[in-house]
Amino acid sequence: MAQVKRSSEEHEVVVIGSGAGGGTVAHVLTGLGIRVTLMEAGPMLDPVADFKEHVWPHEVDHRGAEHDGAVYFGRGPAFGHFKASAVSGGWSLEGEPYTVGKGSQFLWFRSRILGGRTNHYGRISLRFSDYDFHPQDRDGLGTNWPISYEDLSPYYDKAESFIGVTGTREGIQSAPDGIFQEPPPAKAHELVIKKATEELGIACIPMRRAVITRALNGRPACHYCGQCGRGCLTASNYSSSQVQIFPALKTGKLKILSSAMAREILSDSHGQVTGVSYIDKNTRREKSIHCRVVVLAASACESARLLLNSRSTSFPNGMANGSGLVGRFLMDTVGLGVTGYVPSLEGLPRYNTDGMTGGHLYMPWWLWADHDRLDFPRGYHVEIGGGYGMPQVGSFHSSGERGGYGHRLKEQVRKEYGAFIQFAGRGEMIPNNLSYCEIDPQVVDRWGIPVLRFHFKWSDYEWKQARHMEKTFAAIIESMGGRVVGLSGNFDDQGISVPGTIIHELGTVKMGASSKNSVLNGFCQAHEVKNLFVCDGGAFVSNPDKNPTLTINALAWRASEYLAQEMTRGNV
Amino acid sequence: MSSQKSQLRGIDRLTRRQLLGTIAMAVTAPRAGGLPLAWGQHVHKAAKKKKQRKGYYEPQFFKLHEYQTIQQLVKLIIPADEYSGSAVDAGAPEFIDLLCSHNQDLADIYIGGLLWIDGQMRDLYGTSFIDATAKQQTALLDQMVEEADPRKIEAARITRYGASEHYQGFSSYRIRPSPDIEPGSYFFHWVRKMTVDAFYTSPIGIKDIGYQGNEAVSEYQVPASIIEEALKKSPFGVV
Repeated sequence: MAQVKRSSEEHEVVVIGSGAGGGTVAHVLTGLGIRVTLMEAGPMLDPVADFKEHVWPHEVDHRGAEHDGAVYFGRGPAFGHFKASAVSGGWSLEGEPYTVGKGSQFLWFRSRILGGRTNHYGRISLRFSDYDFHPQDRDGLGTNWPISYEDLSPYYDKAESFIGVTGTREGIQSAPDGIFQEPPPAKAHELVIKKATEELGIACIPMRRAVITRALNGRPACHYCGQCGRGCLTASNYSSSQVQIFPALKTGKLKILSSAMAREILSDSHGQVTGVSYIDKNTRREKSIHCRVVVLAASACESARLLLNSRSTSFPNGMANGSGLVGRFLMDTVGLGVTGYVPSLEGLPRYNTDGMTGGHLYMPWWLWADHDRLDFPRGYHVEIGGGYGMPQVGSFHSSGERGGYGHRLKEQVRKEYGAFIQFAGRGEMIPNNLSYCEIDPQVVDRWGIPVLRFHFKWSDYEWKQARHMEKTFAAIIESMGGRVVGLSGNFDDQGISVPGTIIHELGTVKMGASSKNSVLNGFCQAHEVKNLFVCDGGAFVSNPDKNPTLTINALAWRASEYLAQEMTRGNV
Repeated sequence: MSSQKSQLRGIDRLTRRQLLGTIAMAVTAPRAGGLPLAWGQHVHKAAKKKKQRKGYYEPQFFKLHEYQTIQQLVKLIIPADEYSGSAVDAGAPEFIDLLCSHNQDLADIYIGGLLWIDGQMRDLYGTSFIDATAKQQTALLDQMVEEADPRKIEAARITRYGASEHYQGFSSYRIRPSPDIEPGSYFFHWVRKMTVDAFYTSPIGIKDIGYQGNEAVSEYQVPASIIEEALKKSPFGVV
């Protein structure tokens, strides 16, 4: 191995990864006066240069199809040319492969840029329900969390107050109320959908989204361009980069090491963490830094990979992996999208439906008390799409086909624009032992670091839940006088989202009451290594039908306060 | 570069005061054009380059005859009408030329497709596509698009998932009516989707369908009259 450059600088807490978890840890710890070094495997973010907010497709000569027409051949950026994720992220990264075991399908979305996936995510911010923390008690499946809703609720409060979340107080058990800003009004097609769902006994309520409708901490209110996914130049939505990390830099307590790809967590003969070895991507040299505490927040699977790659005499199976559970019980969200066509929405007067990104209403799980009469154990929520979206490459292919050519084509597109609606179910998967990631013994990435190999299986629980989604969405569409067009999105041959594609991969470094059946304690601290914490989705015990980011924020906030306290007490 | 200083980007470089001012300006200028140009200029390099181009477009990839054939096809797919211009006006031929100049696979689809179309026209009428009469041109296109493909409808109906009865042939894909015409239909499918993309992403197309967004507004509002009309037209009747 090449000469390893060792930094003489003493670092207090090194955080690896700058997404929702790492950003929150950096924000909370620097706020408490603790010095933090934040490592990010990608470059710094420059919102002004990197975000393509408000750019029209025609302002780019390839209209968003890419110069070589990559989009037409399925090779374009994951969510399109204009999305913030196109800058430095995707389903595959050059020089950094992952592999998938025989018989499995798995797609892994990674970001390599300051702020990670929070720069482009959907900003849906849902609290777990009280019952989500003890799933095993309810149906005997999976395991319980070592913490309760009461433990996390104050941190949901803190996270929501700080980042800003829209919503209304509804008193629905499956969707606990939080600290909300006023949501924007529902759009016309959403109010028609709401009528339909109410007839079916399904509540349809304002979306809880990390978008501010009133100024907060110097961030101006949303200007309703609907382009959150492109990154927000006014920081009116939550991203760890703009909302937590840039402000934390002003404390003088935060140092950022960008383009630093962590290779291994270093430890001493007592099994305590001493530092991090990483590759400086700019110089392609290996370097190491020493520190008092390491917080992993590299994303569930990257954190598992780092632990598994950190082998030593103290940790022959990977750091903090005495339980053998690092990488195991990988979960994603059960996704199913259905598109409908509603003739009564044809020919309405046009208006600006951009609003906040995505739907202004959603349906929380409504049958949480009725699982004994359902053939699947866990719930899902429903997201809504529709309206007059900004025309993009691909927006009108099917309308164009139905129109043939000529004047008839133009008429067809005018008629169908705005008459499509979409429903996306997002459901809870039961963790299973056929879904996991491990180190591929044969493949290393460009940096010489062994890569992950994924294995994944949906079970009958997920299949039945997806079928319930499908029938429910069809019922809503038909009660509106509409027709089902078909499944939308990237789905596998069972008619469920391709594993990994909902980008809620979780559970690979899970917390629990005992070191025998978990890796972390309830404060995200490794059972076996007191100065090692994991503050990302890896810590999750289950993956309820609530998008995980807000819970990552809350868990990381709670872990940070605990860590600061333990440092003060001299326990860490 | 000093590391700490170079890290202070984003919000700092474009100060909050500037941003607030920008947003306020955008909001008070009623629907004039969304955000002021000054704010967007850094991301509009491509657009700027394009604006400098004047006069006749010089195809980067296609030969003159090929390009003229594409222009004619594009104009037939999306012609001008009383509401808006044609796909040629919207820059579709330039868009197709640009992408073909960067992608040999795509270029091959076009080269082969254009030769097939001319070959077909010569067999039928002894002339190239652009020299044929309007009636002869549309006769060929009609062959390619008129018939719904029963296989596609059937495929949409039969699914292996639970709720198969719900998929009752929403889409009548109007392609591939017969094996003779299949190569042409395949090509036409490409020209049509790229023409549709170029047209509807252009200012002409955006105006044609009436997209009203990409704005900065201080409060988001949904016109009450539209809500009322949507509910009235729906099976749920009046509010």
